[in-house]
Amino acid sequence: MALPMSAGLGFKPEHFDAIQAVSPRLGFFEVHAENYMGQGGIPHRQLAALRRDYAISLHGVGLSIGGADPLDLAHLARLRVLCDRYEPDSFSEHLAWSSHGGEFFNDLLPLPYTDETLATVCAHIDQVQDALGRRMILENPSTYIDFEQSPIPETVFLTEIVHRTGCGLLLDINNVFVSAANHKTDPLAYLAAFPLAAVGEIHLGGHTEEALSSGPFLIDSHGSPVADPVWALFSAVLQRTGPLPTLIEWDNDVPVFEVLMAEADRAQRHINLLTGADFARAS
Amino acid sequence: MPAHPDVLTAFAAGLAMGALPAGITAHSADEVSRRFGVYRNNVAVGLTDALAQRFPVIGRLVGAEFFGAMAQVYLAAHPPKSPVLLEWGQTFPDFLLTFLPVAAYPYMADVARIEVARGQAYHAADADAIAPERIAAAAHDPGCITLTLHPSVQVLHLSHPGVTIWTANQPDAGAKPLTLVGSEIALVLRDRNLQVPVVAIDPGDAALIQAIQKSETLMAAAQNGAFAQPGHDPQPILVRLMQAGVFVNPT
Repeated sequence: MALPMSAGLGFKPEHFDAIQAVSPRLGFFEVHAENYMGQGGIPHRQLAALRRDYAISLHGVGLSIGGADPLDLAHLARLRVLCDRYEPDSFSEHLAWSSHGGEFFNDLLPLPYTDETLATVCAHIDQVQDALGRRMILENPSTYIDFEQSPIPETVFLTEIVHRTGCGLLLDINNVFVSAANHKTDPLAYLAAFPLAAVGEIHLGGHTEEALSSGPFLIDSHGSPVADPVWALFSAVLQRTGPLPTLIEWDNDVPVFEVLMAEADRAQRHINLLTGADFARAS
Repeated sequence: MPAHPDVLTAFAAGLAMGALPAGITAHSADEVSRRFGVYRNNVAVGLTDALAQRFPVIGRLVGAEFFGAMAQVYLAAHPPKSPVLLEWGQTFPDFLLTFLPVAAYPYMADVARIEVARGQAYHAADADAIAPERIAAAAHDPGCITLTLHPSVQVLHLSHPGVTIWTANQPDAGAKPLTLVGSEIALVLRDRNLQVPVVAIDPGDAALIQAIQKSETLMAAAQNGAFAQPGHDPQPILVRLMQAGVFVNPT
């Protein structure tokens, strides 16, 4: 039960017919878990069809693992139902919070990195892995602000989470680039400190740039092609890790399927350079 | 160091109100407001889009700009409690009844009720349609046999011609003059192709369907229809339901 070491795409329902028509050569599709928490109908019909032909990555965006409140047990139970129904090859969530005080904000919000939040996040991850009966992988965030009191560097925080919980990591290289630009830090230094041995999947996506007086301000918008410097960082990471399951994320202003497929092909070519092999979908 | 719950309470308050939360910073301190604004915008736009996706006809009736402003008022009063946004918005029809800027458009809440029912039907549990022979057999012995309707089936008694307005505001509808007076009864269901049509039905049809949903026999359901609407012929609505594939195996 693992994603194949090849390129995958985020599934968009508007692409379903195109995917059925051309059966693209892709390692996997990733879906947002919350979109499949209705009981039946078209969403489940489509996911079941994808599951027959491809590996599936189930990507949660609503568990609020970095939140201060207890995890939503009803939501955990819904995730369990999805895992049992589709047996995804990977389950991932975010180092972020999205609910607080009983309210859901529908965004991946940042948290300070302290001994207290480390203990909270680790307890939540233990709880998720117990409830789902599987290892999860945790995604590094893109952030726009800092906290005055956040003494633990993000890479140390993630390393310690892996050490304490046994979870894996989802390395979003666009998030690394966006955060580094916004905080005026060096993305290569971040990647040098990142526990790459724990990485089970890579995310690549597009961002937008706005000029502020201090320099470029980057927003993780997932509405455009992957930027060239992000491809360069991807290449540098692969040199150290070898092939990894690599997802192209494109969630806003979604283009026709062929455009997404071209991005996935580009990611696959980077992977193929390492192996010298032709692409073959892992079974 | 401030406790984590307090940090998030301040952050959450900053998302909703004007003031920036204490304790946040940025590489250039004078840009904290712009940078924090991305989170505010993500929350507001993300939830507005989620509501707009659930209520496309309301969006069409009032326009995107008005809808966006209205969504912020709704969001402040009825924020989502769960990350399952496909369930958020059940209270939106009632909100519309109390939202003064649309007080002159009382049919809007009925249209929103149709859209809530359509969302529920779209995501309702799957259930296999029973064979037409079974329904034919039921028709021969209507005094004993009960039928089970698909969980997507809903009958809505509307105070206004909500079905007519909903239908006229579909992307493929032609422009037609509308009469905005008179009540209607909406039938919402998910058909065998997983589509969710909306049609207006007669009072006898509605009484018959609701009796079937209460596990009355077919004969009792037909009698309910005739009671609600003297001379009601049960056959057309039964044929319509059968063709839609919403007579299903009991669970």
